[in-house]
Amino acid sequence: MNRWLPSPRLSAVLCFLWLLLVNDFSLGQFLLGATFGLLVPIITRPFALQRPALQHPLKLVLFLLMVGRDIVLANIVVAGLILGPRRRLHPAFVEVPLDIRDGYVITILASIVSLTPGTVSADIDLQRGILLVHGLNVGDPQELIDEIKRRYEAPLKEIFGC
Amino acid sequence: MAVWIEGLVAVLVLLGAAFTLIASIGLVRMRDFYTRLHGPTKASTLGVGSIMLASLLFFSVDSGSLSVHEVLITVFLFLTAPVSAHLLAKAGMHGGEKLASGTRGKPWDQ
Repeated sequence: MNRWLPSPRLSAVLCFLWLLLVNDFSLGQFLLGATFGLLVPIITRPFALQRPALQHPLKLVLFLLMVGRDIVLANIVVAGLILGPRRRLHPAFVEVPLDIRDGYVITILASIVSLTPGTVSADIDLQRGILLVHGLNVGDPQELIDEIKRRYEAPLKEIFGC
Repeated sequence: MAVWIEGLVAVLVLLGAAFTLIASIGLVRMRDFYTRLHGPTKASTLGVGSIMLASLLFFSVDSGSLSVHEVLITVFLFLTAPVSAHLLAKAGMHGGEKLASGTRGKPWDQ
């Protein structure tokens, strides 16, 4: 927005987070939270990525719910893999070509990949648009690529319209 | 406190402890640096998540007012776990960590 209040929404969220963190909704804590809300965005502005506009907020909520469910399933699957026989594991590095070019959205995608079934994002090549993923147990690399693209990249692309 | 809430809290705490234990077992059992990364980033998120849920439930019912610290801890954990896993993987590739035999694909040069 302007110099002293670059992102009012972030400021409000930070102030609210502070109140939740101290679990004390008094005036003093509110003032302290408001101070953080003003200072933090000003200090971090040089590092902040420009977020593309949300095209479908409702779809984002549904998408996050689906990711939450995947995370719970991922935990159970990975727990099974850890306790099962090691010989059955087929780890692999897989290069996933990305359609998304926006750094902010790629960051979200990479984080989701790290949180979900047996995959950790290991590196990103922004020039070539490739995400390097390490899978704990990969049957068919192409299948993994297709799943990441279909399940996570496509909805993100639609939600942020990029 | 109602018995069923106590039971639910107990189940959640045990579930959380079990997943955290499995994550630690993964650190010992897996054969190379990269496969070891998987345990702590995943099994631990659900482990910590369950314990936080148990804590939220217990203290909300016990004190009669909603306790929200725990939600924040969970959110922060979910924001930071992927970032630390990513950086660890990058550091591993930079340091030329050995791959478990049978690993397909190659890590990138850093």
